[in-house]
Amino acid sequence: MTNDVLINSLFVFMLAAFLGFEVIKRVSPLLHTPLMSLTNALDAIAVVGAIALVGAGRSRLGTVLGTIAVVAAFSNVVSGFLITDRMLKMFKSSRPQK
Amino acid sequence: MPLSGFNWLEIVYLVATALFILSLKWLSAPTTARHDVWAGELGMALAIAGTLCERGIINLQWIFIALVLGAVIGIPLGLVQMTAVPQRTALSHAFGACCATLVGTAEFYLRAPNVPKFTMSVLAMEVILGGLTFTGSLMAAGKLQEVLPQRPITYKGQNFVNLGMLAVAVGIAVTLVLHPEHKDLFPGMVGIALVFGVMMIIPIGGADMPTVISLLNSYAGLSAAAMGFVLNSKLLIVAGALDGSSGFILSVIMSKAMNRSFTNVLFGAFGQVQAASAAGTEAKTVRSASAEEAAAILAAASKVIIVPGYGMAVAQAQHKVRELYDILTKKGVDVVFGIHPVAGRMPGHMNVLLAEADVPYDKLLEMDNANSDMPQTDVALVIGANDVTNPAARSDTSSPIYGMPILDVDKARTVMVIKRSMNPGFAGIDNPLYYLDRTLMLFGDAKGFVGDIVRELSGGAHH
Repeated sequence: MTNDVLINSLFVFMLAAFLGFEVIKRVSPLLHTPLMSLTNALDAIAVVGAIALVGAGRSRLGTVLGTIAVVAAFSNVVSGFLITDRMLKMFKSSRPQK
Repeated sequence: MPLSGFNWLEIVYLVATALFILSLKWLSAPTTARHDVWAGELGMALAIAGTLCERGIINLQWIFIALVLGAVIGIPLGLVQMTAVPQRTALSHAFGACCATLVGTAEFYLRAPNVPKFTMSVLAMEVILGGLTFTGSLMAAGKLQEVLPQRPITYKGQNFVNLGMLAVAVGIAVTLVLHPEHKDLFPGMVGIALVFGVMMIIPIGGADMPTVISLLNSYAGLSAAAMGFVLNSKLLIVAGALDGSSGFILSVIMSKAMNRSFTNVLFGAFGQVQAASAAGTEAKTVRSASAEEAAAILAAASKVIIVPGYGMAVAQAQHKVRELYDILTKKGVDVVFGIHPVAGRMPGHMNVLLAEADVPYDKLLEMDNANSDMPQTDVALVIGANDVTNPAARSDTSSPIYGMPILDVDKARTVMVIKRSMNPGFAGIDNPLYYLDRTLMLFGDAKGFVGDIVRELSGGAHH
């Protein structure tokens, strides 16, 4: 990894971390459980790293570990979005009904 | 680098990153929150499809089988009951961490011995954080599912052993950074991280779960961000950083709500302290009431605050509680819910359960708002909550929970507490609230007792 790439990555990480703080601070405590399941699903984007690892086929170990990693991460993608959607549909206000 | 091949793929990742951030931004209010899932899903679909279409991808059959298997595991996990959400969340932290650890391990063996110092540092961080989060989250899920004993297990020198293990793992990591050719040290580092994860969760009790789950969430995010550094994927760095900061913010909120520091949660051995203080209590008198009396008091009230806790989740009483809310609201009683940040086993646990039972979310008050209403409240009805209502946290400096912000239910005119028996709750701390003159104990199962009150109230309407 060259120095430029490293510095770029660190910039991206720092900006994303600050952005994360600002955005997530505003999430109502009401929605903290869906917040956690949503960030979990987004975090499972690691699946692209695992796919790239298996897809590159550079070693048998990489293929085996990568395949397991794809299973683990993709199950998070599916279950994370599914349950977040179910939870958010449950939150209803009393005002429109009155 | 496989992830940074073509510009168009980077553009796809850029769009996905923007969609991820938007989806979190829309979560700020329940009214816009419904958009957020599709934004996240679209970003995810674009990123995965883009990666699969990249030229040079082989082993497509393996990837396909893995995706199908992942979906087969993921669908039932996405359809669990709302009461099982804490253990599902812990399990998904374990899966995410598992992915980071495996990819990190494979990358190490592909690159060693030619691993630049910085890459090796983040790689070590990825597998150490990933490894301890993997086993730690499995332990947490086991405790939450009650497959493992829920009581904290502590022994002499526990903190010394745990910190020692962590120090050894970090020592190996440093050695590998300086001498990446020592491939045989790598499994040792991963192994120690895996064992450390187990040891870290052993002393954690159920009441600490909201903090611990948040902390594990943060670790899982950081290990994914580290993976992004290793693979030079900005998308992964951003997603990991967002997840990491989200988990961190939640951990801070949870720790504050328990008046404790991170180190105290992880190394405090809370359970022992509590057991010692509970031993010194003598028998005091309490007043109890029947469902009929409770129903009469509730019907006569003009404002009621219901304070739910983990006991409501265990008894699956949320639907009966909603019936109670409905019938009292129909009788013109103003009913709201006071939600303590650490009520239940994960952040927001009570809100999700009550929303599932169709309680409107604008009736779910945060602790501070509920507390400012408390002096004008006729009845505070505590259902399966204990420590979060314990007035000793305000006044008794010797109490292990002294200083913890609580719901001031003792400031309401009448307090009613639904509880199985006078046994101290999970945390083992005696609660002076139960001996107050204004407190009525309603002994019984939360679901059964609330059901009885509802029956009394609806029976009374027909007379």
